[in-house]
Amino acid sequence: MSAGNQQPVGNGLVKWIDTRLPVFSYLQKEYAEFQSPKNFNWFWNFGAILTFMLVLMMITGIVLAMQYQPNTELAFDSVERIMRDVNYGWLLRYMHANGGTFFFIAVYIHMFRGMYYGSYKNPRELLWILGVVILVLMMATAFMGYVLPWGQMSFWGATVITNLFSAIPLVGDSIVTLLWGGFSVDNPTLNRFFALHYLFPFLIFGVVILHVISLHVSGSNNPLGVDPKGPQDTVSFHPYYTMKDSAGLAIFVTIFAFFVFFAPNFFGEPENYLPAAPLNTPAHIVPEWYFLPFFAILRSINFDIWFIEAKLGGVIAMFGAIFVLFILPWLDKSPVRSAKFRPVFKWFFWIFLLNCLLLGWVGGRAPDDLVFEGLGLKVIHLGYLSTFWYFFHFLILLPLLGVFERPKPLPKSISESVLGGGTAGASATAKPMEKA
Amino acid sequence: MSDDTQDHDGHSGSRRDFLYLSAGAFAGVGGAIALWPFVDSLNPSADVLALASVEVDVSQVDVGQRVTVKWRGKPVFIDRRSEAAIAEAVDTPLSDLRDPETDAQRTDRPEWLVVVGVCTHLGCVPLGQSASEPRGEWGGWFCPCHGSHYDTSGRIRKGPAPLNLPVPEHAFLTDTKIKIG
Repeated sequence: MSAGNQQPVGNGLVKWIDTRLPVFSYLQKEYAEFQSPKNFNWFWNFGAILTFMLVLMMITGIVLAMQYQPNTELAFDSVERIMRDVNYGWLLRYMHANGGTFFFIAVYIHMFRGMYYGSYKNPRELLWILGVVILVLMMATAFMGYVLPWGQMSFWGATVITNLFSAIPLVGDSIVTLLWGGFSVDNPTLNRFFALHYLFPFLIFGVVILHVISLHVSGSNNPLGVDPKGPQDTVSFHPYYTMKDSAGLAIFVTIFAFFVFFAPNFFGEPENYLPAAPLNTPAHIVPEWYFLPFFAILRSINFDIWFIEAKLGGVIAMFGAIFVLFILPWLDKSPVRSAKFRPVFKWFFWIFLLNCLLLGWVGGRAPDDLVFEGLGLKVIHLGYLSTFWYFFHFLILLPLLGVFERPKPLPKSISESVLGGGTAGASATAKPMEKA
Repeated sequence: MSDDTQDHDGHSGSRRDFLYLSAGAFAGVGGAIALWPFVDSLNPSADVLALASVEVDVSQVDVGQRVTVKWRGKPVFIDRRSEAAIAEAVDTPLSDLRDPETDAQRTDRPEWLVVVGVCTHLGCVPLGQSASEPRGEWGGWFCPCHGSHYDTSGRIRKGPAPLNLPVPEHAFLTDTKIKIG
């Protein structure tokens, strides 16, 4: 039952500690000897990359917090002071700001990886749900962090997003006042956002631990989506995947460093270098790029649906777009995990991915902009279409595909498929059963 | 103690069951109530509420001119309306309005319109306070964020906003002094 069953590892001091607190045998078991499918591709790097980004964000964030002033009178200037006067302040802030962007790049790739290879399916439903919880916490953290520099976009982003809650019938306005701690986004709001922005990464860290514990119960999925049948299908996590993760991380960090050093404001909004002005709304309020798809969904419901007013409808659709991810494991009925063996789903996956990019593009443009001058097609029209497709994919397409799609034959094992040479080998290995 | 044995039929609770359930209920309700101070501490504090009203001197405002004052961290639009603007607002049939309110319901003295300058859609500040800014199709205000149009009474006429610009509680202390809040 207890960890006492395990032989303590190491010698001397390590052994002395391990008999009393089995941290070393735990690390040995879960991170060194831990058996992982031997056919991971590069998309399996992003778990490690995300862990790195979380730690980087926490470390840069803690030192930035030592210089930052969470007060509406001082916040903007304190950020400028970090940029100009604090030793390496520019580096720390640019790492933190671009770190948010790269954190989301990694998490979105990680999620699309999970969708393509069916990593959310039995027995990994809870693993996926914990991942969505992490995503929601990340979004809340990023939103509150963006408010802290107290620029124009900080202020108006906070105003627009907190006003979403006013759409809730009856209690909406009281909730908004509660969130603000006043009658508008002001000093109390900034203070609490700072407190929560500091707290949430630790909550994320906690859920990441649960995510990893859950992962280590079922073991990792793999590009074939078939379970390892034995030791011939796996390798130990160390040194094989510690090295592969390090290599992938090095590439990722190189790209990250390029933006930090050479294009630090590429993902930023120039408007946010103007101090917050509560009486003066900027012409275009846009969220950070990683919220644009959800922002597009919010804006696309600009019509009343039965008794639901447009404003509430938009809010429901936006939160629904995230909520639907929680139930994804039960929407996708197909028993086959990997899209490699799902000829129809594979195409719809790529359409879904492109649709998400389209939503992002729509979210960044003004709704009444014309897409094609001649056709009179506006951005909002593409918004209707892509919002429809987003929900159609999850709620209609995936359940139907599970019933009507005929998957290709699965390889008998990872080993056979790998040695037989990819997908071609997969179908070839499905036949020897009949020959034998 | 002995009444424990009577209750194997499961109909009536024993004294012990009663104590157990009521203690649990008290602990649960008490725990929930103990949360309230934490939640309520997030609501506007006394010093924020103390700033809840402002007095504005409007003696310098000409007919047709609009001024903005800050109240509770939000802009308040004060519009000294021309006869034409008042007539337009009064003559609008209620059936044309999404959020029907007569101009008389929205003004104390027709010449002065006082509204909170926050779009009821998602909280942007509508344009139209200076004559050079767009005022929308009804000559009131226009919100650039998502394109809501308000008329000369601050009522929503077109766009995604559901409600009229709210009229804050206000009173004329003298002919040229308005207390808002």
